[in-house]
Amino acid sequence: MSTETIAVNAGVSEDTLAHAEALVREMRAGNETQVTNLLNLINTAREEGIYHEVGKMTRQLHDSLNSFTQETRLDELTEDEIPDARARLRHVITLTQKSADRSLGAVEKTLPKCDQLSERITKLGSSWQDFKRREMSVDQFRALSVELEAFFTDAEQDTVDIRDGLNEIMMAQDFQDLTGQIISRVIELVEEVEGNLVELVRITGTKFSGAEEKDTGKDKKPDIEAAGPAIPGVGKSDLVSGQDEVDDLLSSLGF
Amino acid sequence: MKILIVDDFSTMRRIIKNLLRDLGFSNTQEADDGLTALPILKAGGFDFLVTDWNMPGMQGIDLLKAVRADAELAGLPVLMVTAEQKREQIIEAAQAGVNGYIVKPFTAQTLKEKIDKIFERVDGGG
Repeated sequence: MSTETIAVNAGVSEDTLAHAEALVREMRAGNETQVTNLLNLINTAREEGIYHEVGKMTRQLHDSLNSFTQETRLDELTEDEIPDARARLRHVITLTQKSADRSLGAVEKTLPKCDQLSERITKLGSSWQDFKRREMSVDQFRALSVELEAFFTDAEQDTVDIRDGLNEIMMAQDFQDLTGQIISRVIELVEEVEGNLVELVRITGTKFSGAEEKDTGKDKKPDIEAAGPAIPGVGKSDLVSGQDEVDDLLSSLGF
Repeated sequence: MKILIVDDFSTMRRIIKNLLRDLGFSNTQEADDGLTALPILKAGGFDFLVTDWNMPGMQGIDLLKAVRADAELAGLPVLMVTAEQKREQIIEAAQAGVNGYIVKPFTAQTLKEKIDKIFERVDGGG
């Protein structure tokens, strides 16, 4: 092997080459102290090269991660926005719960009034028919007249109450605007986090081999998992589209 | 007729309770998941169970299986009212012995139809 070929090889410096040639000479001469010194010199040069490369790579990784966190607000996202999103979603539950309670409360208050009104109308109607058929004494007519007058007064108040109840139900729907906005913002956040995760995977150069079966970590996995409500626009296969399909499926099973 | 309504959302329990009262069933009790429902059922006296599927603790499908496995409760009519609408889930519920399956959102009319049908069969079948 000529000295020329070695010099051409990548990464071998002039110094190292000189050390190596000197090493051969000193070994032949049996000069042990010099041999040890030269070996140390060669090793040091080699280690320095590796450290230099590792240092360069570390710097590059550090820089890309730094610019990644600066550009993507990763700190903000993990420290503030995700806990925020949790709170916002909990707030959606609270708002919708309140609205449902308010509406149901109004329904429970208003329905009995409708029932009472309807009962009195039926009774008065039948008395009126009696009057028209002249099957009514003067005293009975007087009683009917009093009853009618009371009914007019009460009915006026009842219809006001029913109207209030309906208004209350209408006003209880105001949660929709708020929850809609809150959920839209959470959707945006989720999209941003998704983008960042993709970018992080790209930077670290990790490739995921085929998704492995998820281990939920629970002691006992239920035979069949609850999938939750169907969300429009979110692709889920094997769903029935409504009650009719449920009925068809069950009747095909002999129900 | 004494009915147990099982759902983790109080709103849904309230809606079902109101709808059942409209249909003439005013003797109802509530539980928020299978774990709380089962002891109430075992205490006895219930003629009908209306349950959600997706609940913390014990899910509706497991409650159904527990009811069918219990000698005292095995014959109790069970109606599922749930947002779960995967075919395999409906089949699973049918195989576990559910008597009716309603997907949310549902109407008062659907609830009435399913209940009528269940009791037609229960009464007719003895």
